[in-house]
Amino acid sequence: MAISPSSIEQVIPGQGAMAQPSAAPGRAKRRRFRFLANAKAATGVVILAVYGLFAIIGQWVAPYDPDARSSDVLQAPSARHWFGTTHLGQDIFSQILVGARSVMVVGLIAGVLATILSILIGVTAGYLGGAADEGLSALSNVFLVIPALPLIIIVTSIVDQASDTLVALIIGCTSWAWGARVLRAQTLSLRRRDYVEAARATGERTGRIILFEILPNLTAIIASGFVGTVIFAVMSEITLAFIGISSISSWNWGTILFWAQGQQALAQGAWWWFVPAGLAIALLGTALALINFGIDEFVSPRLRSAGRTRIRTADGRTARMRVGFTPVLAPTRPVPAPREEVAP
Amino acid sequence: MRFLLQRVAFYLFTAWAAITLNFFIPRLVPGDPVQSLISRNQGRISADAVQSLRVLFGLDKNENVWEQYLDYWRQLFHGDLGLSFTFFPTPVSTVIGDSLPWTVGLVGITTIVSFLLGTALGVGAGWRRGSWIDGLLPATTFLSSIPYFWLGLVAIALFAGPGSFFPSSGGYEPGLVPAFDQYFIPSAIQHSILPAATILVSSMSGWILSMRNMMVTVSSEDYITVAHAKGLSERRVALSYAARNALLPNVSGFALSLGFIVGGTLLVEIVFSYPGLGYQLFQAVGAKDYPLMQGIFLIITISVLVANLLADVAYLLLDPRTRKS
Repeated sequence: MAISPSSIEQVIPGQGAMAQPSAAPGRAKRRRFRFLANAKAATGVVILAVYGLFAIIGQWVAPYDPDARSSDVLQAPSARHWFGTTHLGQDIFSQILVGARSVMVVGLIAGVLATILSILIGVTAGYLGGAADEGLSALSNVFLVIPALPLIIIVTSIVDQASDTLVALIIGCTSWAWGARVLRAQTLSLRRRDYVEAARATGERTGRIILFEILPNLTAIIASGFVGTVIFAVMSEITLAFIGISSISSWNWGTILFWAQGQQALAQGAWWWFVPAGLAIALLGTALALINFGIDEFVSPRLRSAGRTRIRTADGRTARMRVGFTPVLAPTRPVPAPREEVAP
Repeated sequence: MRFLLQRVAFYLFTAWAAITLNFFIPRLVPGDPVQSLISRNQGRISADAVQSLRVLFGLDKNENVWEQYLDYWRQLFHGDLGLSFTFFPTPVSTVIGDSLPWTVGLVGITTIVSFLLGTALGVGAGWRRGSWIDGLLPATTFLSSIPYFWLGLVAIALFAGPGSFFPSSGGYEPGLVPAFDQYFIPSAIQHSILPAATILVSSMSGWILSMRNMMVTVSSEDYITVAHAKGLSERRVALSYAARNALLPNVSGFALSLGFIVGGTLLVEIVFSYPGLGYQLFQAVGAKDYPLMQGIFLIITISVLVANLLADVAYLLLDPRTRKS
């Protein structure tokens, strides 16, 4: 997974959409959902909500017990088994439904843990500066450079049959560094703002300044860092299960792929065994990435994909609109100079 | 120069941290893995080898942790990473030496190609914002959300199979001896096409997106307007003015995300049974071969550090500001 340098770093929050003074109380209600007006973000949130729903009710709505064997061995998708069956006659649709919970829970726990760590380390480093900053930055840079996945694989393999919670904790503890780095950079630029200086001058405690003056202005970065970590955590969990390191007794989408790979599903042409799980993962990842784009574009409107950029002028020519440009069209015939004089 | 020295110092520090981490991880292993190995291979382990493994696992009760730590460093400097359990009694360094060229070849080349290609496409997408390339962005997002290994599985199901041109596993035709000759090289290339394509497809979109966003940010800068006002050609403004400045954050992003990319590509090797470090790590994990796992982790980390250093040198060449003092 490539992490793109977030565009948020370049945006000064004081000038972004976040910092607009809240309007009259009557309008506040409408603005609360403005984030969802962005088509990308709305799509992402809707897909995520569906996944969340399945994570909660999947256990009860699953048509079969995911472990139950039956005589329908290695069946292609049909009305009885929507996603087909495994080599033991287990229903793959039920496995996917039941597995959703583990995936979502691990993503959530690891995301929350990594976000808390990144706030603690990043904001503290940025706000305090000096030796504390040097030390904490070095720490997060070290964690950033060390390849996380091999480390996670090795640490998890030491524990026999690691449970979901443990996997989530290991992932959370190794994936906070990116967020910490971005938060530190942003805190550095906020630290010398007038309103922070004012709070300091009135004798506010450091903790209060960080909590009430700095943190609210970091909301967008924290949110996008959280979403990014959840993507990484979900991928890592599924990878661990696929390699067969974490517990294979509980169902998640990686476990399904683990059995599919182990039972030579490919060689037997049982595409239904691994395609649904992969698509479920990809769709979840897309939903989270879309939410992140939404946050990016919410903060930095320039990044929105422009609508129509070709414009037809009255005399039938086309001009391409670009940021920072006013298209100037050479007149096709001499235009008489305007006669009106500007009033002094 | 000062910038480079600072970076080298940082990487040395990181290497030290990784090695220290590597020293402590096996001490968390429950039980006595060395004892179980000895009982499995009765009488076939030399006393030296046992001693080396005991140092590695910290089972030498006569020493305190500090002495163990010094011993560990002494072993490392001799290139001694212990003996592999699975390929007993081959030293870990030999096993790694056999698989490292495969990984460097596959992962190294695809990572660089994907970065260059993705950046070039991103320049196009960012410069012509609102063109059809913007419409492709959601598709690339979807592709990059697919786990590498799953894409590999699908690629095998679709393209490989009996009678197909693409082999589904291995790094070269079984029966060939690795050498630089007319039989081995084509076979190796043929085996690497599918894994390489998998890595390219899933890793490229990240670069496209970040470069596009940087281009959009840069293209509204004053110096771009000035360049246009001077009447420079569109192409010159896009490449020498906008892209050159937009490239800098992407290069530093490249350095930082190398760790993630390498982690992901190791999985592709597992799916394709490609004889590189990732596949070796997979086998080591399955066999609980701790010395091999650690050795691979160490080598991967150090390779990533070296690649980072190279990216820093590239940054130094691209950004004159870092050369000033």
